[in-house]
Amino acid sequence: MAVKQISVFLENKSGRLAAVTKLLGEKQVNIRALSIADTSDFGILRLIVNDPDKAHKALKEGGFTVSATDVLAVAVPDTPGGLAPALAVLEDAGVNIEYLYAFVAQRAGMAMVLFKVNDTERAAAALTKAGFSVPKPEEVYSV
Amino acid sequence: MWNPEIESMPREKLRELQLKRLKETVDLAYQNVPHYRQKFDQMGLKPQDVKSLDDLAHLPFTVKTDLRDHYPFGLFAAPLKDIVRVHASSGTTGKPIVVGYTREDISTWAEVMARTIGMVNTTFEDVVQVAYGYGLFTGGLGLHYGAEYMGATVVPMSGGNTKRQIMLMQDFGTTVLCCTPSYALYIAEVFAEIGVPRESLKLRAGLLGAEPWSDAMRREIEEKLKIDAVDIYGLSEVIGPGVASECLCKEGLHICEDHFIPEIIDPETGTVLPPGRPGELVFTTITKKGSPVLRYRTRDITLLIDVPCACGRTHIRMARVMGRSDDMLIIRGVNVFPSQIESVLLSISHTEPHYLIVVDREKALDTLEVWIEVSEDLFRDEIKGLEELERCIHNEIESVLGISVKVKLVEPKTIQRSEGKAKRVVDKRDLPKKQEG
Ligand SMILES: [Zn+2]
Repeated sequence: MAVKQISVFLENKSGRLAAVTKLLGEKQVNIRALSIADTSDFGILRLIVNDPDKAHKALKEGGFTVSATDVLAVAVPDTPGGLAPALAVLEDAGVNIEYLYAFVAQRAGMAMVLFKVNDTERAAAALTKAGFSVPKPEEVYSV
Repeated sequence: MWNPEIESMPREKLRELQLKRLKETVDLAYQNVPHYRQKFDQMGLKPQDVKSLDDLAHLPFTVKTDLRDHYPFGLFAAPLKDIVRVHASSGTTGKPIVVGYTREDISTWAEVMARTIGMVNTTFEDVVQVAYGYGLFTGGLGLHYGAEYMGATVVPMSGGNTKRQIMLMQDFGTTVLCCTPSYALYIAEVFAEIGVPRESLKLRAGLLGAEPWSDAMRREIEEKLKIDAVDIYGLSEVIGPGVASECLCKEGLHICEDHFIPEIIDPETGTVLPPGRPGELVFTTITKKGSPVLRYRTRDITLLIDVPCACGRTHIRMARVMGRSDDMLIIRGVNVFPSQIESVLLSISHTEPHYLIVVDREKALDTLEVWIEVSEDLFRDEIKGLEELERCIHNEIESVLGISVKVKLVEPKTIQRSEGKAKRVVDKRDLPKKQEG
């Protein structure tokens, strides 16, 4: 169920994000979704790509500090308040959300949201049971 | 314990013995070594001015250049006919430093070495493989004579030839390995490479020294070789290995105080510092007859631990050597050794961290920044986690140094490497260069 997210440590200075995207572009890796969490000094760039293993290897060889993290992709209706029912399901299931961000691309009126939770299995089961679509990793990589 | 009577001697009695021997040594140096006599005369000192151990602090220091300037035998206190062996340190520039041993010195050395070897409960039933270099360097022969004196079976391998070392280790049933920590790690790698089954070895302990190492490295060696690894310390100017060694508590090295008196001084001012404060280690030999040294400045930075040790030995301990006095920085009037920062980082990271210490001055106030490259080992996928790491490093460094610091997490390869080795300190202040001494 888990989607492999690539996290990269970046210093908060100009040109670092560009360096990552340029490197991945050269390696023919397509970025499907990205989010940045940062402080005034440093940040974490989180990426969903078409080929996580290739991206991991390329970034590591490029001298970046990289890690792979399991996240969960959920399709929610792309309407105001569309996310709320999914959050409620996770709360009822006792799952803690560490962070979440959305895909830019969407399909058929659905928005794809990525969740980093403390228990991916449990979250996926609860969401599926509640009728949410939890796409397979391969589907996510090729959105 | 090799010599329980001495090693666990009540401190009061030990101090009496030290004073008696110190007086004898000062007298010997004054009578027989023109260099010492001259220094005493210049300072208006006489050997009989040493009335208590505290008077040691009034005696002149001896530095490396004193030894070099009297190459080769100028500081010997015994005539050459009484010297039975010489050793020499490898001088990086010019002439080496030469030390002479009388027959009595050689037995003193064997005694202190036997105590070192005994730290890992070695007895005459052990097989001790000496993989330190033999020759002018004191490592090989020092361990050799100590182990032989104890009655253990000595395998005098010297360094190198690793596959042969391993073969003999298996065939002879070596129980104690003596070598540098980096060589111990190398042996572990070769073990893994050629697939040596651990059951084919009786190895149980390593006496490792002659180069700086860390607790992280100890853990790695102990895990990979499945042995107890203890730190041993010595320098040829004082006697060679055998000056101090760790017991199995692994919390500092017991100094053979009945032969060598340690002091810790502020390298800048020469003032003697109390136990617990880091500074430059200074030794006075109190039984050596060939090359006695008075207040020899080792340039090694460490601190003394005067709390009683669980092993029962009463001799004071020194912490693992943290660095060289030449590396000392003075920040806001506080002596800071890069190694203090390094050991904090080592305790937090599992791998050797890449870091840079940046010292600057803002409005007449010194600032200290520590940059740390975020390795995979340190990286967390959450801002919270990274901030926690930053805070943890910050608090640890502040509590060790007692001055404030700014911690900065940086990307890998941010810190410049020259010839593979990272530069550790950038001092942007415009300070006058330290005098070479
Ligand atoms: Zn002890």
